[in-house]
Amino acid sequence: MAKLNVNGTVRDIEVDPNTPLLWVLREQVGLTGSKYGCGVAQCGACTVHIDGNPVRSCVLPVSALSAEQQITTIEGLSSDGSHPLQQAWLKLDVPQCGYCQSGMIMAAAGLLKNNPKPTDADIDASITNICRCGTYNRVREAIKLAASGLPAKQST
Amino acid sequence: MSIATQVSRRSFLIGSASAIGGLSLGFHVPFAGAAAPAKSAAEVNAWVVIQPDDQVIIRIARSEMGQGTLTGLAQLVAEELECDWSKVTTEYPTPGQNLARDRVWGNFSTGGSRGIRESHDYVRKGGATAREMLIAAAAAEWKVPASECVAANSVITHQKSNRKVTFGKVATAAAKLTPPKDVTLKDPKQWKIAGKPLPRLDTADKLTGKQIYGTDLKLPGMLNATVRACPYFGGKLKSFDAAAVTKMPGVRKVMQIDDTTVAIVADTWWQAKTAMDALPIVWDEGPNTGVSSESIAEMLKGGLDAKDAFVQTTVGDAPAALAGAKKTISAVYAFPYQNHATMEPMNATARYTPQKCEVWVPTQNGEASLAAAAEAAGLPVQQCEVYKLHLGGGFGRRGNFQDYVRQSVLIAKQMPGTPIKMIWTREEDMLHGAYHPTTQCKLTASLDDAGNVTAMHMRISGQSILAAVRPEGMQGGKDPAVFQGLNLTGDEGHIGYTIPNLLIDHAMRNPPVPPGFWRGVNLNQNAFYLESFIEELAHAAGVDPLVFRRKLLKNHPKHLATLETVAKGIGWDTPAPKGVGRGLAQIMGFGSYVAAAAEVSVEAGQLKIHRIVAATDAGHVVNPAQVERQVEGSFVYGLSAALFGECTMQGGRMVEDNFHTYQVMRMAEMPKVETHIVPSGGFWGGVGEPTIAVAAPAVLNALFAATGKRIRTLPLKKHSLA
Ligand code: FES
Ligand code: FES
Repeated sequence: MAKLNVNGTVRDIEVDPNTPLLWVLREQVGLTGSKYGCGVAQCGACTVHIDGNPVRSCVLPVSALSAEQQITTIEGLSSDGSHPLQQAWLKLDVPQCGYCQSGMIMAAAGLLKNNPKPTDADIDASITNICRCGTYNRVREAIKLAASGLPAKQST
Repeated sequence: MSIATQVSRRSFLIGSASAIGGLSLGFHVPFAGAAAPAKSAAEVNAWVVIQPDDQVIIRIARSEMGQGTLTGLAQLVAEELECDWSKVTTEYPTPGQNLARDRVWGNFSTGGSRGIRESHDYVRKGGATAREMLIAAAAAEWKVPASECVAANSVITHQKSNRKVTFGKVATAAAKLTPPKDVTLKDPKQWKIAGKPLPRLDTADKLTGKQIYGTDLKLPGMLNATVRACPYFGGKLKSFDAAAVTKMPGVRKVMQIDDTTVAIVADTWWQAKTAMDALPIVWDEGPNTGVSSESIAEMLKGGLDAKDAFVQTTVGDAPAALAGAKKTISAVYAFPYQNHATMEPMNATARYTPQKCEVWVPTQNGEASLAAAAEAAGLPVQQCEVYKLHLGGGFGRRGNFQDYVRQSVLIAKQMPGTPIKMIWTREEDMLHGAYHPTTQCKLTASLDDAGNVTAMHMRISGQSILAAVRPEGMQGGKDPAVFQGLNLTGDEGHIGYTIPNLLIDHAMRNPPVPPGFWRGVNLNQNAFYLESFIEELAHAAGVDPLVFRRKLLKNHPKHLATLETVAKGIGWDTPAPKGVGRGLAQIMGFGSYVAAAAEVSVEAGQLKIHRIVAATDAGHVVNPAQVERQVEGSFVYGLSAALFGECTMQGGRMVEDNFHTYQVMRMAEMPKVETHIVPSGGFWGGVGEPTIAVAAPAVLNALFAATGKRIRTLPLKKHSLA
């Protein structure tokens, strides 16, 4: 049994306390935006926020969490894709297959929260997520675009 | 709207369950049955469905796995259809429907960078035919000759009377007409939608977590599974102690599904995986436990000087010319096994009953998935169906190889009626790859006093993909695909260098490791070998590598043009900054001409790639923005392999089982990439793969320029740069 605050809603969840948060989110809460890529904290596809800080949820047992901690997933980053990073991502048409992108966006959101104007070196150091399709340069551009304040509409 | 509803309207054989499979691509999977409004939508032809509200649904037969083919193919249809691009959505027809309709959508296979270059003609005709039918329907209603009407932006106009009607109003009437036999396609110069850098159609849901991948699928009553197959190539499952885990939370069934594999079905995937980790399994390690990367390297080495080899490319008499030459240069190169490592591990969801087998799967080849499902189910293919889901990467792993579909059906078969989603762990994915084959290459060439290459012998030794996975493609024992990019002629990929005596041959050596088509396939190692060695020759001749290549490429202006583009882009004629080396590479493959130039340096024993300039001539370009992304991504894929990628054999199995040991490129290693798209028109080349091949040689040639170190064995991480 776990009591978790996911995207602002507190829920009681019937689950083995050793279960990683990722699988509780995906299988019990039904939020599949956070992805499984490696299960060993290597790829970042499972990145969510705990109290605003990015964590790799595939290695975090739910027993380590309390109901006071705010868990934010990609589904809760904004209700309608309007977060500046999502808008920047849309404008630059960043995703390819897209599988890594929830984790990329959540990692980037964590970075901007603590460091609103990151340098290239800051981005290199904090975005260590894996993208096999190779979107890194556009991810970098989109982070910078979001950090610079963003025209809201998608350009074509 | 859903294609399942479309098709049932046309009385195709589908059960109610199939409605779940009716997918609007790139949008939500309608779990609880297909959306309703389809009744009024008209299928003008197989490619084009139009709703009364003018929404246009374009059917896409090839799979979207990140490469943008979905958007590109839709652009081609929309261009000829003359529809309003803002009203376009897409959907996948199912492989079963394709079969039932005499393969009206053609080939579903999505590999070899063929998505667009192989189907551009018939998809454009699909769009043009639908347009003509829509015009004819409007003209009939107005009782005017169709020739007096034009279509643009989803509106048909009778020019004389200036009457107008939208596609949605005449679509139902148009659908009843006989399609015209001949349609004329536009000259690409007149394109308004195709050829433009339009944003992808499938982006929005990838930013909010809404996009459904195979791993995300939910079906009513679904259970979850994972498998463990014998990690020893050629080995088997000897025994397992099911009783040790059957009482673990959520476990429903522990089952052997074939000679090599055990599966656990549980309420949740995490429960299945936890039980699997606890399951005592004994493997029969099989006959290959003595095989290691070292023993394979020895085996391949034996092929480098072997007498017998399959000959592909011959000009003049290279052996004789080399024997009589004053100055010869020789070098041996090697390329290791690679795993595709798609971000989304292999997975499939299946539901089996004795009457019907259905599979939901991210696949590069829906028809191959269907065939695999039918075989595993033991049912006629007509009683099976496959619903394609969005892929979290493909790179060749999800095309020919349908092992995961087979497994998922075998699992479902033991629990009839229950849909079961099977997901591999990353470890399972790494240990059961369809690996990029390993080869070695010995190159020997002679130079005359003027620095001309008078002869070259390129001996490839190593693994054939076709021998293992597509034996019907072999030619009298020879695997012609081994010579990708090294043929003398051909639209697919011919060598640009003119050398008076040239011999390229292959000593086939097949280790007991399953090989597969890995993004870029054999062009990867062939370009690494050839383009590195050409620079070795240039240095031996004391000639600038660009000048050296220029002379050799004089008969192949398209190869040369892409090379000149990157040389100019990197500033080849100006001195490089201190400590920085520059390198070049070019090749032709997958129907396109590609080149790359790199600038690198070594700092504290670490390679730093500062900048890459790339050029691609794909003939016609359908969406330059997507081409650019494919080119950029190619460097990530190609350089991950060149810098880090290696699957090591030890004791008959692979060692690397996750990203901590199978490193790939990340943000911090990613160089700036400047892409030049230089389409010369007149042909249709692929773009998803060719650039991968020039990534490694361009960077390693630059490394040589910076340090004097020539890397002949990949990956780079095995070499000290200190
Ligand atoms: S799935 Fe959590 S880091 Fe890879
Ligand atoms: S977009 Fe495919 S893995 Fe990143």
